[in-house]
Amino acid sequence: MTDVKKFLSDKIKTVPPSGIRKYFDMVIGMDDVISLGVGEPDFVTPWHIREACIYSLEKGHTSYTSNSGLIELREAISDSFHNDYGVDYNPEDQVLVTTGVSEAADLALRALVNPGDEVILHEPCYVSYKPSIILSGGTPVPVSTTRDNEFRVTGEQIEAAVTERTKAIILSYPNNPTGAVMQKQDLEELADVVVEHDLLVISDEVYDKLTYNGKHTCFSSLNGMEERTILLNGLSKSHAMTGLRVGYAMGPPGLISAMLLIHQYTMLCAPITAQMGAIEALRNGEAEMQAMVREYNRRRRLFVTGLNRLGLDCFEPRGAFYAFPSVESTGMTSSQFAEELLHQQKVAVVPGEVFGQSGDGFLRCSYASGLDELKTALEKIEDFLS
Amino acid sequence: MNEILEIIEQDPKKDPSEIALLTGYSEKEVKTRIKELEDSGIIRKYKAVIDWDKVGEEYVYAIIELKITLGDRSGYDTIAHRIASFNEVRSIRLISGDHDLSLTVRGKSMKDVAFFVAEKIATLDQVQSTVTHFVLKTYKEDGVPLFEQEKSKRLAISP
Repeated sequence: MTDVKKFLSDKIKTVPPSGIRKYFDMVIGMDDVISLGVGEPDFVTPWHIREACIYSLEKGHTSYTSNSGLIELREAISDSFHNDYGVDYNPEDQVLVTTGVSEAADLALRALVNPGDEVILHEPCYVSYKPSIILSGGTPVPVSTTRDNEFRVTGEQIEAAVTERTKAIILSYPNNPTGAVMQKQDLEELADVVVEHDLLVISDEVYDKLTYNGKHTCFSSLNGMEERTILLNGLSKSHAMTGLRVGYAMGPPGLISAMLLIHQYTMLCAPITAQMGAIEALRNGEAEMQAMVREYNRRRRLFVTGLNRLGLDCFEPRGAFYAFPSVESTGMTSSQFAEELLHQQKVAVVPGEVFGQSGDGFLRCSYASGLDELKTALEKIEDFLS
Repeated sequence: MNEILEIIEQDPKKDPSEIALLTGYSEKEVKTRIKELEDSGIIRKYKAVIDWDKVGEEYVYAIIELKITLGDRSGYDTIAHRIASFNEVRSIRLISGDHDLSLTVRGKSMKDVAFFVAEKIATLDQVQSTVTHFVLKTYKEDGVPLFEQEKSKRLAISP
């Protein structure tokens, strides 16, 4: 028997397996699990968007699109950022439609990183950034955010991590897995460091619309940051379109064109059906989106209050749809807690260390589930703790 | 205020203590506000959407469109209030288009409904003509689908 693994590249061997996989495998085959482990909305894509997808298929729109994405979609994206944040991106050469935000992040890193370049990221964070940096040939430099600072990253922390090899910073607020947000002044502090050390920022703001009790600040809207930011976003979270895979990148034409180069040779274009749906979502989806945001906000209040009542200390998450409680009071580690909770009560959560070392001792609990499910989950966690 | 209304519209049975959790108001505030909303008539009534077909109860529904000739001194409101007073009439609306009023009528049988229209509605002076559409099946009522929907196939764990 040939050991096929000998054919694998050295690089792929350096990519650590996803820690989330283990929990995924544990849940598989279990019935009636109440899952707080999900990183996507429980809402189905609003009907008017699905209908636009169906209609586009009926009309026979099944071809490739322009590599950059349908111009109508790029225009709609550009308009929405003008209206929401007062930032202007030319749909012709500053907007690139991708197959989800993950592709956009990968493109950005591959377009920027030379072997040995360092990319700073704040942890806990989305599981893909670190492997994507490694795959692009770079070196990830994690900076740990803490509960004390409500999982915000500071200019000071970034500055301390900067070396001569630092090329870029990946920012991701509102944050998965913590639900943390950054205030404008927090971001301005970062912007100063970015200018000071001549860096670039990849800002993944896919949860921007899911911000509660306050308004999201778009990083590129800060003074001088437009030319130093690759802004990533998509419709997955805001319009409950995860499986349709529509993301986009916006930035200076010189950077977007480099990303487009990779995209056109690899992905070619995002699926046309999903792009058609995305146009409808951006043109006519505001009311349904706001209704979903209000619903998330209610769940958030109920769930976070519930966790704190059970003694699982949880700061107020003001973004995304995650609560990030500490398990310190229970004397268990977060992975112990997650595994025991799953086996005893059939409630699935994801231990925080999956999202980076500094997530150890915390749990990511998604409240993108119906109210009844959340209430049952809280009761089961209560039983588990007693 | 609208926040509370949105919650109650979805689920009138929701406990004030839970509404408090969901909105961030105190339970006392929620109770006071709901009382105000009820007193001012903003909340008209708490009502259940019932799938009577499932119960096996043989109700017959019909949508009836009316052409109205207005009398000298009375407008649509007068005739609409009059028709609305019949128990059989579940809803009544002034509409644009070929007809003026649209009613939903509920009866125990088609005969029941037909007699009601013939004897009580068509005989009114202002009613010039009627068109009766019997309802064969209701798929959605008051925003609530009355058919089973497929469950989401979301993975239990995802990044």
